Parts: sequence; structure tokens; C-alpha cells
Amino acid sequence: MIPEDRFDAIVAAEDKVEPADWMPEDYRKTLIRQIAQHAHSEIIGMQPEGNWISRAPTLHRKAILMAKVQDEAGHGLYLYSAAETLGVDRDQLQTLLHQGKHKYSSIFNYPTLSWADIGTIGWLVDGAAITNQVMLTRCSYGPYARAMVRICKEESFHQRQGYESLIRLCSGSPEQKAMAQDALDRWWWPSLMMFGPHDTDSTHTEQSMEWKIKRVANDDLRQQFVDMTVPQADFLGLRIPDSELRWNEERGHYDFGEIDWDEFWAVVKGNGPMNRDRIEHKVHAWDEGSWVREAAMAHAAKQEAATT
Amino acid sequence: MSEPVISTAPQGAPPSDVSDPVLSLVAHADDNLILAERLGEWISRAPELEEDIAIGNIALDHLGVARALYTHAGQLEGMGRGEDDFAMRRPERGFLNVLLVEQPNGDFAHTMVRGLFFDAYQVELWADLSGSGDATLSGIAGRALKEARYHLLHTSSWVIRLGDGTDESHRRAQRAVDVMWRYTAEMFEGAASGYRDIWEKVIGDVLDEARLQIPDDPYQRSGGRRGFHSEHLGPLLAEMQWMQRSHPGLTW
Amino acid sequence: MTYEVPVAPGESSEIEETADLAIEAWPMWEVFVRARRGISHVHIGSLHAADAESALQNARDVYTRRGEGASLWVVRSSEIHTFEPDDISDFVDANEKPYRLATAYEIPDEVGHM
Repeated sequence: MIPEDRFDAIVAAEDKVEPADWMPEDYRKTLIRQIAQHAHSEIIGMQPEGNWISRAPTLHRKAILMAKVQDEAGHGLYLYSAAETLGVDRDQLQTLLHQGKHKYSSIFNYPTLSWADIGTIGWLVDGAAITNQVMLTRCSYGPYARAMVRICKEESFHQRQGYESLIRLCSGSPEQKAMAQDALDRWWWPSLMMFGPHDTDSTHTEQSMEWKIKRVANDDLRQQFVDMTVPQADFLGLRIPDSELRWNEERGHYDFGEIDWDEFWAVVKGNGPMNRDRIEHKVHAWDEGSWVREAAMAHAAKQEAATT
Repeated sequence: MSEPVISTAPQGAPPSDVSDPVLSLVAHADDNLILAERLGEWISRAPELEEDIAIGNIALDHLGVARALYTHAGQLEGMGRGEDDFAMRRPERGFLNVLLVEQPNGDFAHTMVRGLFFDAYQVELWADLSGSGDATLSGIAGRALKEARYHLLHTSSWVIRLGDGTDESHRRAQRAVDVMWRYTAEMFEGAASGYRDIWEKVIGDVLDEARLQIPDDPYQRSGGRRGFHSEHLGPLLAEMQWMQRSHPGLTW
Repeated sequence: MTYEVPVAPGESSEIEETADLAIEAWPMWEVFVRARRGISHVHIGSLHAADAESALQNARDVYTRRGEGASLWVVRSSEIHTFEPDDISDFVDANEKPYRLATAYEIPDEVGHM
């Protein structure tokens, strides 16, 4: 059997492609990029949420937020590990991120301006992530699928804690409810943008679907997210900032308005509110840590020299 | 080590009686809460991803101990105060933490040295309090002891790596020891004086292996246990207490 | 949500994957966990560390969240030696030796369970 046929057979049979298997070079490169960008998203995502750790309103909320952000660091690490099985080094991937050649999910290029943003991110961003993650556990590449299974297990509390926080705000004082509404006003459209362009405008969708890296189309995932989330907003008594949002009985789905694609592409290109800050923060931490990493290697070398 | 010369509270200032069981619990809780706040600042800023995760876990440990101690203190006190009353509604002068934990993170060496000094003390403290007649306290202490041993392993390993790493890491580690040393005597005031000898031995061994010098300087600072803090605590509390102070009386 | 981050109009869609590795880069280690007694160690993932001691400490923080009783092994990734089945026909099929299978033998029922 020639390698290409064997690869196609594995994918067709819903079997897993493993690291040492022959794979098309573009499959490998696409996976490296996608897994790396997924990992980068987890790491960068620590910043907007980490921004509120010191100001969490109670010790309980502080502990929850710290645990959530630590989980995200761990998820980033699992994903980098999966990417590394494809023959790249984690440090190389980080360098590509720092240079702007790799990207991360655009949602994290928005600032967290109030405490309600934290609950809203948990509700919407983690909600969106969950719709995507369940799909990715069925991805054709073994290490990526396995990392996603582990991540999904740990993810369960992330969305719930955010939504619960919003329940408190929306049943609290008028000021708290207004804080929640303001957060939803700012995060709704960026959340829809997380699902990417219309599939007709996406260069990658078709090939990724063939290779079973992507299992569901962007627009279908976005629709799934809207259908799931609108009743949740209704329960909170919050108004979604979309005048075209309405239930369509015929389709059995919610109709919703068109995304501002100018804003979408501006943020993808690096011109969103926080793009520069996120990367500068990351690069600064990396640079500041250089002497520490060097010291660890130097000490390890000394230890090894001493024992040989 | 030379006899400490202690720079302390204003003359005539009354000492807070940390021999009082409630205040003693609050003091230990404050130590852990303030250190948790400091360590939390490293999240997304650590030198490597694994270290970010490790520091975050350590911060969560300290926060957990603080919360358990505040809750117990509130119950003993019997005035209906809960963990957030202690953390969010006391002013700077009411906090009883040692000065060491409120010192800024500085560079990674400063943070690890500060941690080493504190963790070695915590191991002795929790080992002692594990035998407390107060069942709740001894339970908290038992868990805190396991965590403190892990923290000490972490910080001592790092101090050794940095002290005996590169020239630059050695220089930074020595500077950190020189700066943090003046906050160490305070940990052994009052009932804690019994821990000092073991602590000195542990620290001496680690610094030895790290090729670091103990400063030959008798200057020591004190006052934290009496609510007389350095200038660093105020801004930390201002940030931590901001939401509760700006939106009083609400649930989150 | 998508992580395949779309290519903006006018941007190159070349998938860039090379970058220099820094001198102070920590090597990779594979982590094996035995969650409790009675089962064997299982490969759970990898991480980066300068030496074995910190690899073990990091593995506890990253992969076990310091769960009690978990036994950990770490091995430098470069020390893992592998065999990969290149082609199905490389394997001698176990079914070619049916005498190795219990089902190949008939034992009368009166003998009892065997």
C-alpha cells in the first residue's frame, strides 16, 4: 500500500493518524499551525482574565479565577506538546508568535474593563470553545484529539463559573446588572467573530474538512452557539445587542445580524484594541525570563559534569 | 549570625497581642493572603510555562490556607465576620502579616529568595501547629504542612539553581538575599522564637549549596505583626479591596 | 470557535514554521503517570525542564495537580527509542499462529472451567 493511500484509509476509517505515520506535508504544516495557534490562544487568554485576579471582589472569586487561568496555562502546555509531536520545538512556536507570524484567537484582543467581563468571558468565550472542543476530540490527528479529551474534562467548570457569576450580578443591584449588560454589549459580536469567516470566505475549510481536522463548518458552529446562548441571555434578563436577532420557526434556528467584517479583518491583521499589548506582554515576560532559563541550564550542566 | 538590630514601631505604640488566639490566626492568614497576592502577579509573567503553572498552584495553596484560617478566626471571634470581612474590609493598619511577604516581587530571584525564607518558617510553624489542641487549626496545619514542604522544595531548588547557575543569576540571587535578609528576624518574634534555630540550619544549608553569602549586617525590620507596615502594603490592599470598597454591601 | 485563524486579505498564506531555537531552551521530557497502585504507568504528555528534578516537580504541578499517591516517571524525549509499524505487512500476523490462542483447544465441559 502506498503511503498516501494508507493515510487516506486511516482518515476515512475514523482511525487516528499518529506522529510517526506518513502524512501529506500540508497536513503536517496545517496541524502545526492550528494546534500551535490553539495553544497560543490559551496562553494569551491568560492575560485578559489574569488582569482581574488582584481585583476579584471576593476571595472565593479570586480562587476560582486563579484556578481557571492556571488550567488555561496547562491546556496551552498540553497543546504545545501535541504540536511538538509533529517535529517542531515549543520555543520555535513561541518565537513565531512573538514575531507575529503565528496568530491566536482574536477574542483575546479585547480588553477586560469590568468585573462583569470575567463572567461574560466564561459564559460566551468558554461556551464557544466548548462547541469547538467537542468537535476536535474527533480530529484525525491522535495527539491533538487526546489533548482535547483531557482539556474537555478539565473545562467543565470554566463556563459554569462565569455564568454563575453573571446570575449573581443580574439578580443583584441595578449597578451590577448594568455592569453585566455593558459587558454583553461589548463581548457579543467578538464572540460571534470567534467562529471565523463565512465558510465561503475561508480558504482552509474544505481541505481541513477532508483531512478531518475540522469536523463542522464555521457557520454551523456559529449557529449552534447562537441557538444555545440566546435562551441563556434571556434567563439572565440581558438584551443581546443585535436588532436582527429573532427566532425563525421555519428554520428551527435563530436568525441573527451580519458581523462587521471590517472589524473582524482589522483585528485578525493585528489592529484590534489589545493586539500590541498582548504580544508585548508576552515578549516582555519571555525576555525577562531569559537569564532564569539560562541559569537552570547552566546549573544542570554543572550537575551533570559533577556526576560524570 | 549577628544579633539583630531591630527597626520597629513608633515609640509608645501598643503591640497587637498576637498571643490572642484569634489574632494569631489572623496574622498567619494575613501572611498567606498577602503572599498569595504577590505570587498571583507572576501569572502570565513567569520565565517559563511550567513555572507559571507551579507559581499559580503555590499561590492557590496560600490563598486556600488564608481562607481556612480567616473562616476559623471568624468563628472563634463570634462576631459574624467571614473571610471577606477580614480580607476586604480591614485597613492597612489592621493587617498583621510579617513585612517579608508584602515586599514586591522584584525579579525572579527576589521572589524565590523571599519564598525560601518564608517557606522554611512555614514548615516549622505548621509542624508545630499540627499538634494544636484546636482541632480545626491542627487540621488546617496538617494540610498546610504538606503544601509548605512542597513550596520549600520548589523555592530552595530555584535558589540553588540561581545561586549556582550563571554569573548573572548568582549576582541577582545574592542581591535578593541581601535585600530580603532584613525581613527575616520578624518571623521569629514571640512564640515563634523556638523555630529560629532549625530555620537557620535549613537556610544555611541551602545558601551554602547555592554559593550565596548570608549578609553580615545586623539591620532588621519589624512591625508588621503590630500593623506597622512598609510602604508596599497600601497599594496592594488598594487594588485587592477596590471592588468591595467601591461597591459596598453587595454579593458577587 | 476556530483556532485556524483566517488569513486576512493581502496576507501571505505561506505556513511559516521555522524559527531559531534559543541556546537556553529547556529540553523536552516525556511524562508517565501511575494514578494509583495496581495499574501501570501511562504516558500522559510532555513538558520542558532543565533537569530531571525540575521535570519531576513540574510534572506534579502540570499533570497531577499534586494529586496524592500518583507515581511519576520522566524520561528525556531523546532517550525514547521507538519502533513504528511502517506497513501492515511488516507485522507477522498473530493469527498465523492459532495454536497460541485458547480458543484453538476444545476441553470437554465436564472438566469445568479452564
